[in-house]
Amino acid sequence: MVVSHKNPVSSAISLVLTLFSTAVLFVLLHAHFIAAIQILIYAGAIMVLFLFTVMFLNIRDSELRFDSMNIPKRMTFLFLFIAVVGFFASKLFSSSPVVFSELRDPENFGTVADVGRSLFSDYLLAFELTSVLVVIAMVGVLVIAKGRES
Amino acid sequence: MEIPVTHYVVLASVLFAIGVYGVITRKNILIVLMCLELMLNSCNLLFVVFSRLYEGATGHVFVLMSVTVAAAEVAVGLAFVVSIYRQKESLDIDLLKLLRG
Repeated sequence: MVVSHKNPVSSAISLVLTLFSTAVLFVLLHAHFIAAIQILIYAGAIMVLFLFTVMFLNIRDSELRFDSMNIPKRMTFLFLFIAVVGFFASKLFSSSPVVFSELRDPENFGTVADVGRSLFSDYLLAFELTSVLVVIAMVGVLVIAKGRES
Repeated sequence: MEIPVTHYVVLASVLFAIGVYGVITRKNILIVLMCLELMLNSCNLLFVVFSRLYEGATGHVFVLMSVTVAAAEVAVGLAFVVSIYRQKESLDIDLLKLLRG
């Protein structure tokens, strides 16, 4: 639904739906912290940013015409993807299913404490580099959005 | 009751394929960015699945990083969209041929 809607707002709402469903899968996988992060950051912040941009640009309906359906091209790609994904899916399904083992300590797995301990001990450098990346992105966005003339 | 790993893997690949399909066929730059998000999200799903399979917190840390990178990428991408729209008055990616030789 994200790819088939013509209106970007409908696409964004469908994407929110997809992200929420993925968050539900994360909860099923005992990744409660990641599920919360998914809903807060993806479905909250990123989608608000998308919708804000769509509203901000104030696109008229006539300007979306360029994205008209090029039916033969789309159908070709669609069948190609269905064929490729279906091939691999049938391969995977025909092999014996891998089932998750029982968790060693189900109380602790995927909690904030568990992820945080790993994040601030083994991956401390990566964490700090991520913060540097976010600062760079913020400054870059300000420079790009400000424009050259001002 | 428990869902096998293969189902998760197939779901993630289908999500990724939908994202690739959108990136290739759509011309609206906003929707192309959304499809990029979809692809990143399917990779996150795979990370969490294999983290659950091998019972370590490493996959969760990776997902945290990739969510942060995705947020930064979307912010920069949308700033580009705004500045492109100011210049071209359109969201058509076929108009962006400034680098064509």
